[in-house]
Amino acid sequence: MIRMIGKRLSEVIPTLLILSVIIFVLQRLLPGDPALALAGEDADRELIEQIRQQYGLNQPLPVQYFKWSGGILYGDLGQSMRMNRPVLDLILARLPVTLQLAVFSMIIALAVGITAGIIAAVRKQSAWDYGANLVALAGISVPNFWLGIMMILVFSVMLNWLPASGYVSPLIDPLRSLQSLLMPSIVLGTAIAGVIMRHTRSAMLQALESDYVRTARAKGLAEWVVVVRHAMRNALTPVITLGALEFGNLLGGAVLTEQIFNIPGFGKLIVDAVYNRDYAVVQGVVLVTALIYVLMSLLADIGYMLANPRLRN
Amino acid sequence: MSVSAEDHISRGESQLAQFAKRLVRHKGAVVGLCFIVLVVLAAVFAPLITPFDPAAQDYTAIRQSPNAIHWFGTDELGRDMFSRIIYGARASLLVGAVSIAIAIAIGVPLGLAAGYVGGWVDMGISRVADAMLAIPFLILAISLAAFLGPSLTNSMIAIGVTAAPLFVRLTRGQVINVKSEDYVEAARSLGNSHARVAFRHILPNVLPALIVQMTLTIATAIISEASLSFLGLGQQPPAASWGSILNTAQRSLTTAPWIAAWPGMMIFLTVLSFNLLGDGLRDAFDPRSR
Repeated sequence: MIRMIGKRLSEVIPTLLILSVIIFVLQRLLPGDPALALAGEDADRELIEQIRQQYGLNQPLPVQYFKWSGGILYGDLGQSMRMNRPVLDLILARLPVTLQLAVFSMIIALAVGITAGIIAAVRKQSAWDYGANLVALAGISVPNFWLGIMMILVFSVMLNWLPASGYVSPLIDPLRSLQSLLMPSIVLGTAIAGVIMRHTRSAMLQALESDYVRTARAKGLAEWVVVVRHAMRNALTPVITLGALEFGNLLGGAVLTEQIFNIPGFGKLIVDAVYNRDYAVVQGVVLVTALIYVLMSLLADIGYMLANPRLRN
Repeated sequence: MSVSAEDHISRGESQLAQFAKRLVRHKGAVVGLCFIVLVVLAAVFAPLITPFDPAAQDYTAIRQSPNAIHWFGTDELGRDMFSRIIYGARASLLVGAVSIAIAIAIGVPLGLAAGYVGGWVDMGISRVADAMLAIPFLILAISLAAFLGPSLTNSMIAIGVTAAPLFVRLTRGQVINVKSEDYVEAARSLGNSHARVAFRHILPNVLPALIVQMTLTIATAIISEASLSFLGLGQQPPAASWGSILNTAQRSLTTAPWIAAWPGMMIFLTVLSFNLLGDGLRDAFDPRSR
């Protein structure tokens, strides 16, 4: 078991190294001069040169990379050119907001997706099954930013039930925090709920056709006991793993959701940085999301191994 | 006695006919395909269908709700929404098609090389693909589009490059499955060059999986284009794309909600159609997957 985890860890390190190279190259080799962007189109050459020197942009690329990646090891993701603050500080200030949104969305996605998936599998080829499948596919297909706009129109503008935008910290007012995140969480969780529903359905169908379920039924157990205690327990392990992997996609989706609902999170940070051409912030956000994804997939693998005794050795 | 479709299939029909029959039986895929064809035709023949110039402003017809003259209403500059939606389809479908072409042009040869050659080549290519896949799709696309500069062309490149690792991983996996098959061994022992074996004997067998992935990725590309345009990184005004219309629609949400409703509905239905078609194609190529 420990050897397996060690092996997985050793695979993560080169991925992270390559990731850092990609993210670095992404910024430096593409057109657009960050120094010019910061100084403005009409700035004189001296000012641009001064900015280049200040941020080390005039050094050879490998030197710039090693300085940048060396800094990362010490938690230095660079300096925001626009806000004049360390990128890490900016990210750490916004990350809890996005994580709260992502966790709420995942709870909604798991609750809806798993329930719908189980119902669809148990009532295979019924109206429930077709309906759940169609709704799941619709959830995957709907652009979440449009869903957000439409929900604001209905629930905030027309019905006045929920706030249209803004964020309240749970430390200040837990109830208002929940209210402010309800719509964004539903919007963000919709697509993941669809994916989870489809996986739950297929995993449950497989489990319901297995020998151990047949044995449980033959023993005369009530159908709900067969479904919940026998089939579901086995079917849900890969679904939970999938949930962990989808967490990364939630961070991606959060970019637009936060923009629509004006939530001061991670996604809004990257969009603002993109508008301001604050490349160090863009790099930092990309790196941290990727890191979270890699860690989540590692945790998912370890969780899968722990849940599945056959994989432990 | 009734004869089932499976019976027909077993009577030596061509593979293509069997595939077409399985696809036609998938009602969702047929509906999806019909809708896609409709949107493509509307986009191609946009100048013939649209009653107004999509960029023509009419200050006497600002924010009109749908009516007999303006079927989908008008926007905040009095532009005809129906015409803008039809022209917007051009941008969305173009991005879908071009970005997938870019993703395939990069991803398939690399995946083929990784799977076929193996060893260090495989390790290098796979690691880079894995690293890119660790960055959420939209975040990578936004970053690339931001670094390249906002335009429709750059958004196509950004989405294409972002989607490329999906094709690398898929092609590699399929090639590894196929390359130990007898017919590949036979082609090799007949003295065919590696390139010929890879492109003439292995690639055709990888195609079904690629076609399915392509259909599903077009759906992702259309949503991504809309997302980038919504953020101002894709199609630039006054040209219309579904995402850019949504961007400006936010300002008139309370006074003219139809401006936001139509483009979103079109993105939703088009993406749903590609997803339905993708599901149908997967089932038709591999009936066991149902």
